[in-house]
Amino acid sequence: MSSPIIRVTDLCKDYETALGPFPVLKNVNVSISAGEYVAIMGPSGSGKSTFMNILGCLDKPTSGEYVLDCHPVAELDSNQLAQIRNQTIGFVFQGFNLLTRSNLLDNIALPLVYAGTDKKVRHERARVLLEKVGLGKYPASMPNQISGGQQQRIAIARALINRPRLILADEPTGNLDSKTSEDIMRLFAELNEEGITIIIVTHEADIASHARRQVRFLDGRIVHDAPATEAPSRAEAETA
Amino acid sequence: MFGAMLGEAWHAMGANRLRTFLTMLGMIIGVSAVVLMMAIGQGAQESVKQSINAMGSNLFIVLAGSRTASGARLGGGNAASLTVQDGEAITMLEGVKAVAPVSFGNAQVIFGANNWATSIIGTTPDYLDVRAWSLKDGYSFSDSDIRSATRVALIGRTVVDNLFGDTDPVGKTIRIKQAPFVVLGVLESKGQSLDGRDQDDTIIVPLTSAQRKLFGAQFPDSVRMLMVQGESPEAMAMAENGMTSLLRQRHKLRDGDEDDFFIRNLTAAAESAAETTRTMSLLLGAIASVSLLVGGIGIMNIMLVSVTERTREIGIRMAIGARERDIMQQFLLEAIMISVAGCLIGLLLGIGGALLVNLLTGAAVVISSNAVATAFAVAAAVGIFFGFYPARKAARMNPIEALRYQ
Ligand SMILES: Nc1ncnc2c1ncn2[C@@H]1O[C@H](COP(=O)(O)OP(=O)(O)O)[C@@H](O)[C@H]1O
Ligand SMILES: [Mg+2]
Repeated sequence: MSSPIIRVTDLCKDYETALGPFPVLKNVNVSISAGEYVAIMGPSGSGKSTFMNILGCLDKPTSGEYVLDCHPVAELDSNQLAQIRNQTIGFVFQGFNLLTRSNLLDNIALPLVYAGTDKKVRHERARVLLEKVGLGKYPASMPNQISGGQQQRIAIARALINRPRLILADEPTGNLDSKTSEDIMRLFAELNEEGITIIIVTHEADIASHARRQVRFLDGRIVHDAPATEAPSRAEAETA
Repeated sequence: MFGAMLGEAWHAMGANRLRTFLTMLGMIIGVSAVVLMMAIGQGAQESVKQSINAMGSNLFIVLAGSRTASGARLGGGNAASLTVQDGEAITMLEGVKAVAPVSFGNAQVIFGANNWATSIIGTTPDYLDVRAWSLKDGYSFSDSDIRSATRVALIGRTVVDNLFGDTDPVGKTIRIKQAPFVVLGVLESKGQSLDGRDQDDTIIVPLTSAQRKLFGAQFPDSVRMLMVQGESPEAMAMAENGMTSLLRQRHKLRDGDEDDFFIRNLTAAAESAAETTRTMSLLLGAIASVSLLVGGIGIMNIMLVSVTERTREIGIRMAIGARERDIMQQFLLEAIMISVAGCLIGLLLGIGGALLVNLLTGAAVVISSNAVATAFAVAAAVGIFFGFYPARKAARMNPIEALRYQ
């Protein structure tokens, strides 16, 4: 097997609170190979988002090691981290996080601005992705003129524009109805078919069933990590 | 990349127009105040400079001193102590270039049906050189006119306007205190003197003609004033000392006696007037600059608010790969655009205001490209300086904390 794209060893994260350090992640160990499709599950407050933010180089662990693509992330400076967020990782948020003052095309193209791509190429590539997520007719619309599902498609298109090797999605369907969620999940499945590594956080078992591997968090620890085939029954058993 | 950021900055400015405008207002007021004040200050300096040049360079006037008559001191120029011969002796001194003896008075002047009260200067041909005054028309009188006291006159612009209108004055005969004088030439216009007198409201006649036919003289050859021109600015002190001892000797004053004449260095006086205007215009500029500073602080204030308001946006940008430098540039660019746009509007207002001042009060204004360039550079600098702190604050944000900000 090839070397893992993500390797996390003894990862801990404490939040500083008025009552002192509050541990949220407690010795997390996990290794994810290129091309995997992983669902992260667990009750609210179990530390999933905290974990994803660290994987996405948006936040730093208190201790432990995170190796991304053979680079220990702790050794990277802020410019290198920005470059990783720009080129290697596409992050999809529960709340979409589009720029409200920019139109759809510009929103999708924004990562290319920071990659230094010139305008013509930016617009060409943004257009292709706009088509791919089914909104090719509305390049000049503003984010507040389209539905939540459509906004999430735009956010996914934005995450894809620099052809990342890794997509991190934190409850991407959390604000969407089940029909729209289905569409979004199909989009992720397609992307995984194309070889992109996908890690997705979700509450819902049927969403998680799209993944090929399921990881369950409980109180800041990984309590379950197995291929998806055996997961649904156990998940149902646990929640029942 | 830069084009995209420029577009973004433009967008951000447009997103809250009223606030952008209010921010700019500080800049607008500051720049227009600076431009206006500099225009007025430089205009004042320019007109003082012109007056000094028009006066003639390296000038002294020597006045006959006060004479004590029965215990009452009379004003300067009343003693009959200064003579044409004094002037001739001064001409020989080292450091002195030329001397023109002057008698003056006022008289009613008549041409045809018009009459005009003006000042009459009786002097020698050297006077025009000493005062750096040239003729616009006709020619000057000569030393032989002095010897024979011919009745000829050179007349100033204001006199021409009041007596002749459109008629060509050269060769015409005017009456000064009833005595007929032939107009030989018309003097070039000199405008106002430093003390605000109209220097063109005058008539120059040969000294002898003035003394014999117009004013009379208490004693033959006595004059009220000598106008002395030094060789160079450096020779002024030497010339002044030389004149003082020469005149004391000629007037047979003993040690301990007071001088019976006054020597005044006009050039030095003029320079102190120039210095005063320079100081004044610096002061005006400095006061106006304070408003630029206030404008800059306004920009900083709004940029800080804007950074806080857009924390989430900053987080999003960082999450998709913006470096600290990119965020920094974005906010700096916005600050600079606001200040430069404010500066442009301020420039237009300032220049307009200066022209209006000129139109309404007639005061000279000078809008130098230098002042405009300075205002522009200062505005850009203010934008960078006061935009820097908020921009850095934005750039130093932690991505995840910025994203969590509600
Ligand atoms: N910025 C923060 N400061 C302090 N505590 C936090 C902060 N963010 C999250 N937490 C706490 O950390 C725990 C894990 O949160 P999170 O990672 O968001 O869990 P999940 O995404 O699984 O719901 C929760 O108890 C939450 O209250
Ligand atoms: Mg969460």
